[in-house]
Amino acid sequence: MTKDRRFISRLLSRRSLWIAFLLLPATLVMTLFVVWPLISAFRFAFYDFNGLKPANFVGFENFRQVLFESPFSDWTYNALYHNVIVFCALMVFENGIAFLIAFGLLKALPGHRVHQVIVFLPVVLSAVIVGFLWKLLLHPLFGLVNGALMLIGIQGPAWLGNETTALGSIIFANVWHWIGFPTLVLLAGMQRVGQEVLEAARLDGAGDWDLLKHIIWPLIAPSVTIVVILTFIGSFNWFELPFVMAGLTGSPGGSTDVLGLYFYRTAFGSVTSGIQDFGQGSALAVLMFLVVAGVTFVALRYLRRREIEI
Amino acid sequence: MVMDLNPKTRRMPVIKQPGEFMKNGAIQALLLLNAFIMLYPLFVMVMSSFKTNAEIFTSPFSLPENPNFDNITKVWTGTNFVQYLANSVGVTGASILLILLFGTMAAYAIARYKFKLGAFMLMFFLSGMTVPLKLAIIPLFIQLDALHLVDSYAGLVLVYVAMGLPSAVFIMTGFLRSLPRELEESARIDGANELLIMLKIMLPLARPAMVIVAIQNAVPIWNDFFFPLILITSDNLKTLPQGLTVFMGEFVTDWGVLFTGLTFAALPITLLYVILSRHFIAGITQGAIK
Repeated sequence: MTKDRRFISRLLSRRSLWIAFLLLPATLVMTLFVVWPLISAFRFAFYDFNGLKPANFVGFENFRQVLFESPFSDWTYNALYHNVIVFCALMVFENGIAFLIAFGLLKALPGHRVHQVIVFLPVVLSAVIVGFLWKLLLHPLFGLVNGALMLIGIQGPAWLGNETTALGSIIFANVWHWIGFPTLVLLAGMQRVGQEVLEAARLDGAGDWDLLKHIIWPLIAPSVTIVVILTFIGSFNWFELPFVMAGLTGSPGGSTDVLGLYFYRTAFGSVTSGIQDFGQGSALAVLMFLVVAGVTFVALRYLRRREIEI
Repeated sequence: MVMDLNPKTRRMPVIKQPGEFMKNGAIQALLLLNAFIMLYPLFVMVMSSFKTNAEIFTSPFSLPENPNFDNITKVWTGTNFVQYLANSVGVTGASILLILLFGTMAAYAIARYKFKLGAFMLMFFLSGMTVPLKLAIIPLFIQLDALHLVDSYAGLVLVYVAMGLPSAVFIMTGFLRSLPRELEESARIDGANELLIMLKIMLPLARPAMVIVAIQNAVPIWNDFFFPLILITSDNLKTLPQGLTVFMGEFVTDWGVLFTGLTFAALPITLLYVILSRHFIAGITQGAIK
């Protein structure tokens, strides 16, 4: 009896040791490099810094500076404004065009499978490659884009050197880079619409427009939700492309500055000033997190309800 | 989860209607135009790497007249390009190996054993999926600095492993749970120990899930620019995207060399993508398509 029980308890302890061993490395890495940094990110926003060390608790001072004290607040709102523009532009151009391409691909015309591979190709490339490639192609004198415009007699502008065209040019490069993603996500959503449903609607004399409006659009609502949310998160984390194409300060004249660039400059110093402020940077990071998490939460609830309604 | 690319099962009913032919023709034309816009910039990039500067400026649209290999030699021997490439291969490879190893171990414990903290551990890993680690870069930097891991491969790899683990645990747990219990029970009765059961019986079956995890993580890690930008300062440790910014700054006016650098940087992942496009697409869109 006692012998049996000891045997069982030994087995148990060995088994729980084995389980602990399996869980240990992943838990350790997650704790050190995700959990602890995330908790500290919130804490640091309330401190001022002495080099790499948090020095004094300053309450909401860092938040006050980035939100209400000029020139910091001007930079914050200027950057935020551009993030909003980027989101709206990507919703219309990237996701709008992606929807049309997906619908075209749904027809399964010859070559549709090759097209899926082609449209997704830039997605696997680094934003650094895409950014530099388009920077060269958009060069005012030697770039291919203005070269092509020349052929039809138009003198193209200095796309990236001009305050009115710079942000739009970078958004264009982003659309080219990422359009394959929403295209294939929406296409997968459309392909889940049952064949019998489409067949039946067709027999009832429904045209493409009726199919789109009354059958496909309502049924792909879950895919649309995901695409909208991911576009929002992507627009507010925008960093690589403007960094490569317009530089750290969002040139020309801050017309391409976004929160990601402003955060990087504040936390890790800009080329020109060399100022580094971890306190303000942490406050910015917390604000960005709250905006993204808050809007995502509200939007998700709204979009999920919409999915059920239509 | 995996997209059905088979036209026979997934195609819109083609019932001949008046004007159907015309309409399909118009759609096909627009799709061709789109394919052209997607591919032509890349085609120009590759072609320009065989041209001299003068030829790029005077005839940007034409094929290279006398293919010129000077740019390639210049990039290959006159820059740190090969070093950057090797660094990217090493960092990405090490990160994927550790994500698979640690992720599978944790997922195996959660999926195949009943223990008190099981549900909690799964939640612990899943919560990591919702937070963008980029926003915690300041404490992460301070943490790595305290551990003397700034400006080292190890620091960069650990950050990538931490970033990849949540989704890896999620995917692997789901997959491992779906495997039948009878397999391990019978092995256990035959006296096999737990380690042997895991390595010889369960994990070989989990290979498809591992491929998904590997591709899903390899692409963003290979392409990442943000973390090296902050964590790596020594030129001989820089990864490919980061090295590319150095390189583009050095050869500002030498367009032939610039296009060659971009072509080289894009080549490895493009080739892999062309061979494994189905797996790439499934892996990258995995989270968004259910």
